[in-house]
Amino acid sequence: MTADGGTPDRSGPRRLAVVSSGLREPSSTRLLADRLADATARELRRRGIDVTVDVVELREVATDLTGMLLSGFGSAALRHAIDTVTTADGVIAVTPIFSGSYTGLFKTFFDVLEHGSLAGTPVLMGATAGTARHSLALEHAVRPLLSYLRAAVVPTGVFAATEDFGRSAGTADDDATSLADRVERGAYELAEMMASRGRRSAAGPVDPFALTADFASLLNPEGAADSRP
Amino acid sequence: MMQFGIFTVSDITTDPTTGRTPSEAERIKAVVAIAKKAEEVGLDVVALGEHHNPPFFSSSPTTTLAYVAAQTERILLSTATTLITTNDPVKIAEDYAMLQHLADGRVDLMMGRGNTGPVYPWFGKDIRQGIPLAVESYALLHRLWREDVVDWQGRFRTPLQSFTSTPRPLDGIPPFVWHGSIRSPEIAEQAAYYGDGFFHNNIFWPMEHTVRMVELYRQRFEHYGHGRADQAIVGLGGQVFMRKDSQAAVREFRPYFDNAPVYGHGPSLEEFSAQTPLTVGSPQQVIDRYAAMRDHVGDYQRQLFLIDHAGLPLATVLEQLELLGGEVVPVLRKELAVNRPAHVPDAPTHAGLVAAAGGSKDATVYAAADDVTGASPEPAAAATTGRER
Repeated sequence: MTADGGTPDRSGPRRLAVVSSGLREPSSTRLLADRLADATARELRRRGIDVTVDVVELREVATDLTGMLLSGFGSAALRHAIDTVTTADGVIAVTPIFSGSYTGLFKTFFDVLEHGSLAGTPVLMGATAGTARHSLALEHAVRPLLSYLRAAVVPTGVFAATEDFGRSAGTADDDATSLADRVERGAYELAEMMASRGRRSAAGPVDPFALTADFASLLNPEGAADSRP
Repeated sequence: MMQFGIFTVSDITTDPTTGRTPSEAERIKAVVAIAKKAEEVGLDVVALGEHHNPPFFSSSPTTTLAYVAAQTERILLSTATTLITTNDPVKIAEDYAMLQHLADGRVDLMMGRGNTGPVYPWFGKDIRQGIPLAVESYALLHRLWREDVVDWQGRFRTPLQSFTSTPRPLDGIPPFVWHGSIRSPEIAEQAAYYGDGFFHNNIFWPMEHTVRMVELYRQRFEHYGHGRADQAIVGLGGQVFMRKDSQAAVREFRPYFDNAPVYGHGPSLEEFSAQTPLTVGSPQQVIDRYAAMRDHVGDYQRQLFLIDHAGLPLATVLEQLELLGGEVVPVLRKELAVNRPAHVPDAPTHAGLVAAAGGSKDATVYAAADDVTGASPEPAAAATTGRER
C-alpha cells in the first residue's frame, strides 16, 4: 500500500517512529520504548531491511501541544514531531498508565493529528505502570484509541510494571512470559507488518492545503453537467 | 490602490484590567463610534462580523451597517463574515441589495462558513455539511443577483420557481464578494471559480497557511480565465496594538492578550507575535511588519486590522484608530504603491465595477400587474436610466 495507490516498495529502507510520553528524564516509559525500537530494528534488519529510528519525546513538546489545542496551530518543533510520526512506516507508541488510562499528554498528541493521518500505519503499543494490575489499560484504553485512528495495531501490546525490570526470563514456577519475551514478540509482529506493507514514508506528509476536487465536482457532487457562472 | 480598514468580531468581553464587562447597548454603540472614527481618520473599510450566540452581539449586520451608512459618507461597509452556510441565500441577496441601495453602493461582503457547531442546528443545518452548504448557497446567491427571474432546486433549501429577489442590485451591479477561509482549499477554489476576492483571515494563523492558500487561489483564478495569477483579488487580516513606546504597548496589551477569547491562556504574546501577524509595539514596527506582507503573498488589495476585541475599552480603541489612520496607513499606502505593477488591479469598489460594466443601469423588475390595484405600472424607469452616479 502506498499513498498514491501504486505498487508498494517492499525493498527500501523503513522509518520507524517512536512516541514516548514518559514525564521524567530518564523515564521507564522511554526505557521500554527504546527496547521495543531496538528489537523491531533488529527484526527488520534480520529480514534484510534497513531502518532508521526517530524518537519523539512528547515531554519536549508538551507546552506546544497545549498551545495547539488552544490556538489551532503548532510550533515548528511540534509540527516536526507530528510529521515524524505521520510519515513513518511503523510507529511504537508508549505511555505511562495514569488513573487507569494513557496520560493526558499522550492523548493530546493523538488528538491534534490530522484526521486519517495514521490510517493503515502499523503500530506497536506499550505501557508502563507501578504494578501489573494496570496491564489491561493497554487493551481497554490504548487499543481503542489507536483503532479509532484506523492504525493497524499489532496483536501484542507490551506492558511493563516496575517489577518487570528486575525479572529475567521464565522460571519453572512462573508461567507468565518475561518482559524480554513480550518485547521480542511485539517487535516481531511489528517488523512482520512493516516488512509486508512496503514504504509509505517516501510519500511525505499529507498536504492539508492540496486541492482534491475542482469546482465542477464541488458544485455537482452527483456529477451533473457543469454550469459556468 | 489598496484598501485599509478594520474588522470587528463584535465580542462582548470583560476588560481583564478592570473586571468590567460592557453591556450589549454600550458595545453596539461603541462599534458605531469605532466605524465613524475609522472614516474620520481616513480608513477605507469597516467590516462587521456575524454571530448568533453570546458573547457576541452582531446577529443582524445589515441593520448595524445601514445605521453606520447613514452617519458616514465615504467608508466602505463590509462583513467579516457573512454566514453563507446558515443564512438563507435568498435573505442575503435581499438584505445586502437593500443595504447597497441605502449606502449608495458602499457595500461588499465576505462570505464565511462559521465554526460554531451549535449555530448550524439552530438554523436547521449541520456543520459537517459546511463546504457543500457554502458551495450550493453561494451558487444560488450568485444567480439571484444576476438573473431577474430564478428557477432553482438544490439539496439544502426549498426550491424556487419564478422568484425575483428584490431590490435588484444597485445600478445592476451586485455587491463585490470576498470568500474568507483559513485552511479550506475548496473555498479558495470557489473564490477562484467565480473570479471573486479571496480573504485569508490570518490573524490567528502562521504565515505559511496564508502563503499556501493565497498561492492556490491565485493559480486557480488564472486557471478559470479571470486574469493572471497576480491579478487575483487578495485580502489579509491583521492584528495590532500600538503605543509610541513599544515596551508600553506590550505592557498595556499583555493582559488583554493573555485573557483573550480564542487564543488566550495558550501561547505567549511573544510566541504568538512571532507566528501570526499580531504586532504589538510602535507604529513603526507595525509599518515594517505589514509593509512586508506582500513579500509573502504578492501585491494585494485589502488589509483589515482587528483592533477592538478582548475587552479593550472604547477610548483605547479610538486611540488605536488615531495611530492607525494618522501614522501607519499613510506610510503603508506609500510604501505598498512602490513597485506595484500597473496590471495589478485596484481594490474593487462599486464605482469601479459600474465603470467596468460600461455604466450604470436601472435594474428594477416591474411586476406585470401589482397585487394592490391590479394595474400595470408606468414604465417610469426610462426617465431615470443612465442617471449620474
